[in-house]
Amino acid sequence: MENRAHFKTLWLGVALILPQLLLVLTFFYWPTGAALFWAFTLEQPWGGGSQCVGLENFANVFSDPFYWASVGRSLVFALGAASLAMGIALVLALFCDRQLRGYAYYRTALVWPFAVAAPAAAVAFRYVFAPEAGVFSALNQIYPNIWNPATNGTHAMIMIIVAYGWKYIAYNFIFFLAGLQSIPRALIEAGAMDGAGVLRRMRDIQLPLLAPTFFFLLVINLTDSFVDSFGIVDITTEGGPSKATELMVYKIYFDGFKGLDYSGAAAQSIVLMLLVMGLTFVQFRYVERKVHYK
Amino acid sequence: MTLFRRAAMALAFTTALGVSADAGAQQRIKFELWQGLTGDLGERVNDVCKRFNESQAEFEITCISQGSYDSAVQNAIAAFRAKKHPTIVQVFDAGTTDLMLSGAFYPAKQLMTDHGQTVDWSRYFPGIANYYATSKGELYSFPFNSSTALLYWNKDALAKVGKTAAPKTWEEVEAISRELKKTNTPAPFCFEHDTWQMLEQFSAIHGLPIATRGNGYEGLDAELVFNKTRFVDYVKFLKKGLDEGIFAIKEKAQGATIGEAFAAADCQMTMMSVAGHGTIGKTAKPGMNWDVAMLPVYEGTKRTNSLVGGASLWALSGKSKDEYRGAAAFFAFIAKPESEEYFSTVTGYIPVTIPGFKFMQDKGFYSQAPYKGREIALESLTASEVTPVSRGIRLGGMIQIRKETRDALQAIFAGQMTVEAGLNQAVERGNAILRRFERTYAGKQLP
Repeated sequence: MENRAHFKTLWLGVALILPQLLLVLTFFYWPTGAALFWAFTLEQPWGGGSQCVGLENFANVFSDPFYWASVGRSLVFALGAASLAMGIALVLALFCDRQLRGYAYYRTALVWPFAVAAPAAAVAFRYVFAPEAGVFSALNQIYPNIWNPATNGTHAMIMIIVAYGWKYIAYNFIFFLAGLQSIPRALIEAGAMDGAGVLRRMRDIQLPLLAPTFFFLLVINLTDSFVDSFGIVDITTEGGPSKATELMVYKIYFDGFKGLDYSGAAAQSIVLMLLVMGLTFVQFRYVERKVHYK
Repeated sequence: MTLFRRAAMALAFTTALGVSADAGAQQRIKFELWQGLTGDLGERVNDVCKRFNESQAEFEITCISQGSYDSAVQNAIAAFRAKKHPTIVQVFDAGTTDLMLSGAFYPAKQLMTDHGQTVDWSRYFPGIANYYATSKGELYSFPFNSSTALLYWNKDALAKVGKTAAPKTWEEVEAISRELKKTNTPAPFCFEHDTWQMLEQFSAIHGLPIATRGNGYEGLDAELVFNKTRFVDYVKFLKKGLDEGIFAIKEKAQGATIGEAFAAADCQMTMMSVAGHGTIGKTAKPGMNWDVAMLPVYEGTKRTNSLVGGASLWALSGKSKDEYRGAAAFFAFIAKPESEEYFSTVTGYIPVTIPGFKFMQDKGFYSQAPYKGREIALESLTASEVTPVSRGIRLGGMIQIRKETRDALQAIFAGQMTVEAGLNQAVERGNAILRRFERTYAGKQLP
């Protein structure tokens, strides 16, 4: 029989969660509600009035071939950034967990990048990757025009994936390392005594037991790369060259904040929100099946 | 943001009160100005406000930088919707149309008349005033920091090929660039994808329209036409120069902006705002000789005046009578020749009134370094009578149109699209933005 602690009166419970509810209401549901309203109107930025236009904003968004291109780019970016950030973080965490020489130092060093603000990281990467002045300009001296994110869209996309992924390696690393360290040592030692090598133990013991962490990070990485990437894009490429790095979230930022097209940006936000919700649903529905928590 | 702004305001007020020994300071009527400039230029605007506060004892203006032109407009909109807006806001050229249609402001001329300030409106340079005026010529806001685009040229480099004067035509630019290329000089002529210099100024000085209905002044139903003017030939000309290696693109993403490249002599001729004149003076390679000239035109073209860039000051609606009296006094203050001289001296901006310019000219301001050359900007702005296509651009969604055009130019110069296809796409997408804007303000008329 379960013995649960619970409050005798309803109002006390409500009072205790009220601050949190108010925060969520103010900072999430209220703005989302406003965006929902704007998405179905044409809103004058200075508040002079608005008129209901039904689904016209959505029709505009969906009939624009460039919008679909930006959806495609956002998916490429999300998958690219997530695999880069998670792959490298996993390898680093496995090394760190094996307590190779000097691991204590680089464990600390690897956590730092996450504390660097996105625009600061973006400025640094812009310099590193600048074709005429940066670190990569040396490459161009040897092989002219081999690297030019200012004119080549693919290069620009690689640049923002690397810049964004770099920051998330740190975040993923912390979780992977914590996950690895929570695996009972006895299991690994037992494997070693049975004659399993390092790689074998990683594949058959550590990685399967890391699956819940992996799944959690996958959801977080994909979601964040859809909504948290505009700082990097704004500083490094501003969506260019010729829209090659115009991600969905950057287009929302540009149309809404710079272009003052509140309604168009609101409609795009709703689409982005539904897309992220859909992706998360798919992950929980299909990917999580393969995850064993115990 | 609001919290931060409040804290900043509170701090500004307490410092102002603490420092001021004047007991009457507390009775002063206070009002705010939000501006979009930052860094050195932002500080200079704050100095203007300080000078106003020192010049009289009745009002006290507080100038607050919002970080950028964009944020100044965004924050003012958010504040206006929450009825916590400043009395005056600085709005950049491209934000003018939205504000004009919003009715959220107190028209400049009416404000001055209502508050007993007599202004001789003919004092303003027509080329500057018209950008911010209605189609009937009535000023809705006060021109403030103003600039225009100029040709910056490296005298040393051009001397190598026997040129002692700046090129006046694009044909000359091409010939000189080819000569310079032979001497292995890096980037004889460089430019950026910015449409302000490339499309807007080019069209104005050649007397070409960007859009129908007098560049949008006469109605919201204007349509873009720059894919049918000589601008097409100009883009082809630039593309040809790029392919030939005599022109180069210099942008942040490449490593150095046009200004940085010019200052480092990595680029010998470029088109840039006169506002950068001071910066080039400070950052140019030691010993480098350079000067500015009017933008080149095609041979045989009768030059029309160029367009003003920068921002103007708007009085927003919904403030008290006292605050408006203060705003009117502030506007009268900044229009004084002495104020204009001060602001032009400490920045690269040009005076906006004819008496202001004369005053500075008579004092010999423009005859010595580092200010010499800035008078060319006024020469360019007054090169002709203001025509329907050179008074300005009054298009909704201008920021997005500029971006669409820029995206197309990038594709053209990277060789992904032909010139015609690229410009047609920019115009088509730009027109869709204009129609959307027209629908947003359905039933409203441009004044």
